[in-house]
Amino acid sequence: MVTGKGGTGKTTVAAAMALALAEQGKRILLVEVEGRQGLAQLFDIPPLPYVETRIAQGPGGGEVFALAVDAEAALLEYLDMYYHLGRAGKALDKVGAIDFVTTIAPGLRDVLLTGKVYEATRRKSHGRLAYDAVVLDAPPTGRIARFLNVNHEVADLAKVGPIRNQADAIMGMLRSDVTRIHLVTLLEEMPVQETLDAVEHLEELDLRIGSIVVNMVRNSPLDDEAIALAVKEKLPAAEISRGLRAAGVAVSKGLVDTLVAEAHDHAVRIGLERENRDRIDALGKQVTELALQPEGIDHGTLIDLAEEFRR
Amino acid sequence: MTNLDLDALIDDPGTRIVVTCGAGGVGKTTTAAALGLRAAERGRKVVVLTIDPARRLAQSLGLTELDNTPREVAGVHPANGGRLDAMMLDMKRTFDEVVLTHATPEKAEQILANPFYVALSSSFAGTQEYMAMEKLGQLHKQAEQSGDWDLIVVDTPPSRSALDFLDAPERLASLLEGRFLRLLLAPARGPFRLMSAGVNMAMSVLNKVLGAQVLTDVQTFVAAFDTLFGGFRQRAERTVALLREPHTAFLVVAAPQNDALREASYFTERLREESMPLAGVVLNRVTNTHVPDLSAERSLGAAERLEEADKSPLTAAVLRLHADKMQQVVGDHKRADRFRRGHRAIPTVEVPALADDVHDLTGLRVIGDLLTA
Repeated sequence: MVTGKGGTGKTTVAAAMALALAEQGKRILLVEVEGRQGLAQLFDIPPLPYVETRIAQGPGGGEVFALAVDAEAALLEYLDMYYHLGRAGKALDKVGAIDFVTTIAPGLRDVLLTGKVYEATRRKSHGRLAYDAVVLDAPPTGRIARFLNVNHEVADLAKVGPIRNQADAIMGMLRSDVTRIHLVTLLEEMPVQETLDAVEHLEELDLRIGSIVVNMVRNSPLDDEAIALAVKEKLPAAEISRGLRAAGVAVSKGLVDTLVAEAHDHAVRIGLERENRDRIDALGKQVTELALQPEGIDHGTLIDLAEEFRR
Repeated sequence: MTNLDLDALIDDPGTRIVVTCGAGGVGKTTTAAALGLRAAERGRKVVVLTIDPARRLAQSLGLTELDNTPREVAGVHPANGGRLDAMMLDMKRTFDEVVLTHATPEKAEQILANPFYVALSSSFAGTQEYMAMEKLGQLHKQAEQSGDWDLIVVDTPPSRSALDFLDAPERLASLLEGRFLRLLLAPARGPFRLMSAGVNMAMSVLNKVLGAQVLTDVQTFVAAFDTLFGGFRQRAERTVALLREPHTAFLVVAAPQNDALREASYFTERLREESMPLAGVVLNRVTNTHVPDLSAERSLGAAERLEEADKSPLTAAVLRLHADKMQQVVGDHKRADRFRRGHRAIPTVEVPALADDVHDLTGLRVIGDLLTA
């Protein structure tokens, strides 16, 4: 499961993770559940239907399939699979029951979405598991605990019955050793705060945290000493002037002042990033850093990020 | 390509509602708060409705008490009778209040205790948007009646899709008035025999899958809620109509990244289709430099020369920083220009990126200055 605040790149990270897991001979399923068609955009392919579609090959040689789960379609499929309700299912859909139930009871909607992941994870094909791993581009950190706490959401609505049993089975898998939740963050105040809150909520639910992925990390060309000086706006202007001249750059006071000011802004940001990194480290979880991709994300950069995960 | 004059907008007494919208993480809430503060300090009586502000920004607006009513913001320097109130939306509470106001005490109690109501009011994907609209309607009514405010600034929820707040009221209303709902109500109202065979089959399937107790809960919920539905749709329609009037101004906020700009384009088009008055687009957090003449390539070249000659590593590092910055400057401006060229009729204003997050009134004033520079 990959979650993160909006804008932290959780879809990109989920995709890179799926590619990284796709070693020679492996089959990985990458799933999205929010109807955003984020995977199609990311891989620059037409919108994904509710059918598992092969979309890429991992750098290790394995295959990545993608699926956009839709709650209504999942419910119809579920009804058909467990109750053989082909026609009755359609009747339900026709009177708006499916829409009504999945909308008015978001807990049920979430059970259907996680239920599809559950089904794909356990599915057998030719005597082996259909997929070696399933990577879910999960809802954002603000909603992740509620999304994964299917048991609770359903327990309030259905105390007994088949849906309840289904929810119990899904919850069992989510809490078991096969499931890990990875949280993507940037080193900024709000995403870090949401990450800390989400870790706390998830652990209260006995769900297992895999790692914290710190995304879009930039390395500073300044050393610590220079950063300390830059924060205090005390970088030696005279030395920079001499250096610029030595490099053949025409020096003006405006240029030196701007470079010093830019270094100051940068050092302030580095300071904030370090505070946020300390808060992440204090969680005591495994932390993976992914470098900023200044050119933006395309298939090539996804492969680069996958390689970083493999390392 | 025209410039968006936000001072003219907030100074115009005809502007009564400003709605900021856009993708998540582009600075909607900060923009709303900065505009509200500026308007108050220029003499407007302002209330800012925020949805989910960053903690420190919330603290700076005094939004620590969650009582779902506007509170005066301390530290504002209002001119000519201006004032600034702010509130943070509590969606569950707003929903509860709607129920308590519009249902009999007995029915209200039934509704508030129903598990489907609890699920709907705290986690339905559109509830936040719906309740933001509800609250806006309430604030507007209060403003008209009491004269407490003459300008409402609303921040829209950080939705999966920026359009949710326009669609959610309709979606919830049509859901609550849909065919299935009438079917569920039918047993409470009339004989079963009116139902078709298909419906009976549907009901028996639901019973089998969900269990009888769930269906009973849904029916109780629906029956208790029935009296409220009409009111819901009416109020939603009234709020949407309010947003179409010329006293409303929509501001689309976008950062100069492809996703945010794509979302902004989509949003401006949708507002036009819906005949909603778009004031313009705020291109937020655009990277700037005072020395654009020293390009990324030249800066990097100079840094490399110093490194090869083993001279002034500090200058080399500073030049590398500038090269990184120039890359962003060029990229941001290219994307911002492309957006402006693609939307020539839409006024825009560009706000430069700041080094630090905004988390106090001083910071908001700086943003206010930049928004109107």
